[in-house]
Amino acid sequence: MLLALILVTPALAGLAFALPSGKDRAWLLPLGGALNLFLALAAIFFDAAPAAEGWLALDPLGKLFLGFGAVLFALLSIYAPAYLHLRAERPNRVMVACLLVFPGITNAVLLSHHLGLMWVALEASTLATAPMIYFNRNARSLEAVWKYLLIGSVGIALALLGSLFLAYAELHENLVASLRLEDLERIAPSLSRPWLRTAFVLTFIGYGTKMGLAPMHTWKPDAYGEAPGLVGALLAGSMTSCAFLAVLRFFHLCVAAGEAAFARELMVGFGLLSMGVAAAFMVKQHDYKRLLAYSSVEHMGILVLGMGLGGNATFGSLLHLLNNGMTKGVLFLSAANIHRAYATKSVEETRGALRLVPWSASLFLLGFIAITGSPPFGPFVSEFTILEVAVREGRYVVTALFLTFLLIIFVGMSSTVLSVVQGKPPAHLERPHRQESFLLLAPIVIFLACSLGLGLYLPPPLEALLREAAGVGVP
Amino acid sequence: MGFASTLLVIVLLLNFFMLGASRVRAVINGSAMQGVVLGLLAVSVHAHLDLEIVLIALVAGLVKGLLIPRMLMKAMRGGAIRREVEPLVGFMPSLLLCAVTTGGALVFSSTLPLAPQHAGSLLVPTSLATVLAGFLLLITRRKAITQVVGYLVLENGIYVMGLMLLEAMPFLVEVGVLLDLFVAIFVMGIIINHINREFSSLDTSRLTALREE
Repeated sequence: MLLALILVTPALAGLAFALPSGKDRAWLLPLGGALNLFLALAAIFFDAAPAAEGWLALDPLGKLFLGFGAVLFALLSIYAPAYLHLRAERPNRVMVACLLVFPGITNAVLLSHHLGLMWVALEASTLATAPMIYFNRNARSLEAVWKYLLIGSVGIALALLGSLFLAYAELHENLVASLRLEDLERIAPSLSRPWLRTAFVLTFIGYGTKMGLAPMHTWKPDAYGEAPGLVGALLAGSMTSCAFLAVLRFFHLCVAAGEAAFARELMVGFGLLSMGVAAAFMVKQHDYKRLLAYSSVEHMGILVLGMGLGGNATFGSLLHLLNNGMTKGVLFLSAANIHRAYATKSVEETRGALRLVPWSASLFLLGFIAITGSPPFGPFVSEFTILEVAVREGRYVVTALFLTFLLIIFVGMSSTVLSVVQGKPPAHLERPHRQESFLLLAPIVIFLACSLGLGLYLPPPLEALLREAAGVGVP
Repeated sequence: MGFASTLLVIVLLLNFFMLGASRVRAVINGSAMQGVVLGLLAVSVHAHLDLEIVLIALVAGLVKGLLIPRMLMKAMRGGAIRREVEPLVGFMPSLLLCAVTTGGALVFSSTLPLAPQHAGSLLVPTSLATVLAGFLLLITRRKAITQVVGYLVLENGIYVMGLMLLEAMPFLVEVGVLLDLFVAIFVMGIIINHINREFSSLDTSRLTALREE
């Protein structure tokens, strides 16, 4: 079962590569999305047994991330054929193949209980996403993909060094050298402390680069700005969550080893720094796709901040992962629809989207309201949970900074978003008819419904899974 | 340990050589030399040789010392570039920086306790110093090829660390490292070709369209 999760969609990618017709090929994507979702749900509900000698296993944390990734990919795969049809002038062989390989690779990251295998899969995800960013084949996307590859590879290399340091922490104490999670958690208390700490710092920086935490976030605005919106949503939702899980694996080892305090402070610090940097760049941002990239930097900061605070904030952080992913789906896809109608990402030339593309613009506006933490949407609930813990634990500096950054981001983001949707569209643009077809809007509406639904009502099985994954009971 | 230490010192000296060289060809040759030395190192740090270690040494030497440098040389000829003109940080300052980071690596690694079988070994400081040298090369140079060499040097540093774990870690992970490195460089090579065609140059300082105004 677990092996199938890794192998099925790449097999479809092979088929996509062989198919001669671009139009038929694009319809393999919803098929892959549905198959992947079906397999993921089956694995979650039937508690799939470990595979490959225990290298692959499904724990509560893995279940949460696996289900989330599968839903996200399934929704994006509905959007993809309609999008690729609009961009029929571009060959889509590589794009479709990479998109189909992607869920297989990310599933490998989420399922692997061996840190070496997890690392290989994360590196593979970097390589598989690079051609997608370069889909438009112009000078700007080339620049973006170069930065993405170079910075991402350096991050991944540091994470490898960290993993080796961890292995040495075992070797030094004459323990059995194994990078399997179960073994590591058992022997964690007797690991060599200086090596473990260095290992955590290196992997946190390394995988943090893949998450896009400041100050290692510099690839993000370029990559998200130049990649198609579909790819942006996939990177911001799915790939960053894989890197987050990798950070969590190492964090849990630190906790098991009794080094939690050290790791937590590091995470709170980087979380706040990311929020601050994002806030600084989101004010007066002229490019609405780059704006979304900085918003992603902000929310990755919130995720590690919640983890760093611990207790119930851990639950808030995992819930925020889902909320952020769903809301980013709304924002990236609707921004992509607006972008196509105007053929520019510059705020100065994009006015009156509500008149030109009313559906997409309304969804974009609602997505903005959701992502900035306004009730009743999901991100409000999860951010509030994290904030509550910060207040209750007397972390007043953290609370004050958290609220200040959220406020600056709300103001900065609203000025850009409002000037895009309001006003009069430029005279030379006519209202396009094909741009707002059903398949280009339905996934966005579902994303928004998820974001709203998570804010209004958390189904008990999902809440139980979140609590189990966070390792906290009902408060 | 004597021979291994000599090799490690050569690795450190090559870091300085690459950071001080202005000709791209010399930088690539430096990385090729380093690759060969690393292959020898894998054999020399292990007291009892078995087939696995010899094989890893051979593959590392071939990929790092021959395959990748040849690919980079080809890309360089295609891009018709010879020199790293105007690096972001000059050659003398980057040498000084390299001296500082190497010193820092020595100091920091003295705080990390070593297992008895590695006592007195230079592997950890060399590894950290090489990682930092690669990082310096990466951030201070403008040419795409020199940046790739920087990444290669960074990976070399990690490989040195991996040597300490060769007996303890499964073969699979070690081969994964090499494979991954090769694929990453291969993909970067493809992009270099695209940069070349798009901008008629391999100067990443032309890649400046994307930034905050």
